Amino acid sequence: MINPTEYVPKSYHARVSTYWWLTRWVYLKFILREVSSVFVAWFVVVTLLQIRAVTSGPADYGEFQRWLRSPLLLTLNAVSFFFVVFHAVTWFNLSAKAMVVRVGGKRLPGIAIAAPNYAAWAVASGAVAWILLRG
Amino acid sequence: MANRITIEVARYHPAHDEKPGFDTYEVPLRKEWVVLDALNYIKDHLDGTLSFRWSCRMGVCGSCGMTVNGVPKLTCATFLSDYAPGPVRVEPLKNFPVLRDLVVDTSDFLVKLGKSKPWIIRKVEKPLDEEYLQTPEELDAYKQYSMCINCMLCYAACPVYGLDPLFSGPAAIALAQRYNLDSRDQGANQRLDILSQHDGIWGCTFVGECTQVCPKNVDPAGAIQQYKLTATTEWLKALVLPRGGT
Repeated sequence: MINPTEYVPKSYHARVSTYWWLTRWVYLKFILREVSSVFVAWFVVVTLLQIRAVTSGPADYGEFQRWLRSPLLLTLNAVSFFFVVFHAVTWFNLSAKAMVVRVGGKRLPGIAIAAPNYAAWAVASGAVAWILLRG
Repeated sequence: MANRITIEVARYHPAHDEKPGFDTYEVPLRKEWVVLDALNYIKDHLDGTLSFRWSCRMGVCGSCGMTVNGVPKLTCATFLSDYAPGPVRVEPLKNFPVLRDLVVDTSDFLVKLGKSKPWIIRKVEKPLDEEYLQTPEELDAYKQYSMCINCMLCYAACPVYGLDPLFSGPAAIALAQRYNLDSRDQGANQRLDILSQHDGIWGCTFVGECTQVCPKNVDPAGAIQQYKLTATTEWLKALVLPRGGT
């Protein structure tokens, strides 16, 4: 019996550039979204350090506040804030992709899935602002 | 509007080219012409050696997917006038081996498509004289994913597939989801075993560009994320109820 040999044509395989994420804005946006997780983690670390400073007494908390006011920390936290907002907005907008909610047999539009996330964010931010600013 | 436009077409001949280059052609710029019309004009009037795939010219067959100015497009649905005054750069679909000019080797996609079992699986078939009835709601659950035409634009747009060729890829997973959501199908567990592996749904990092380039609004990115949710739920159920709750 003849054993046929599969024909494999010669072909050109392009290598993906290391800088593929710079070739289109959508890819760069994706990378920025992924990088934003680092800044989210940074805010978690700052919060943990803040809790430790609060529980260690007024002197330590004062020192912590001075540390936060340093130009380096102010810059880092301003950049972090931008990325955390970017992180929240991009993921809230994507939440509708993963969640299919049907009401009366019809799939709810994406805005109906994202909107409660934004509403919860606004309520939580309002509550924090009220606690901090009530005097 | 000028009456001609410049097209830069990627050329590769496996017999004497080490890598692709570009040839430039001037073609008429007509309001009703799509990029595929320009390629056919080149083949018919300027250079008969140009190779590319096409068939239906109406966004149904999925054959004419190419990269137009860096973005995966169906060339039969991409108007030349949108790129005026040009030039328009036409390349083969990215992330696939190039066989010649604008023709890519689709074998890898076809193998992955088969592995995702995109057909109705029944444990017991009904007799031939019985129908599998569906309500409009049951049809609506999977209809979006059934619109896939296997054009592979989503694979060309997916950097994960480009970097990790083992990744099952958007269309294969979206088509698996199409059958999972079909009320007549009973093969979801078989597909889950295959697609819940690392090279399946978990390879996806949710870039989301597959959904953006899809000419049929199939939303493969959404299908994969929903599949992840299903896989996680099934894993949790298996953890809590290892004997299937019986």
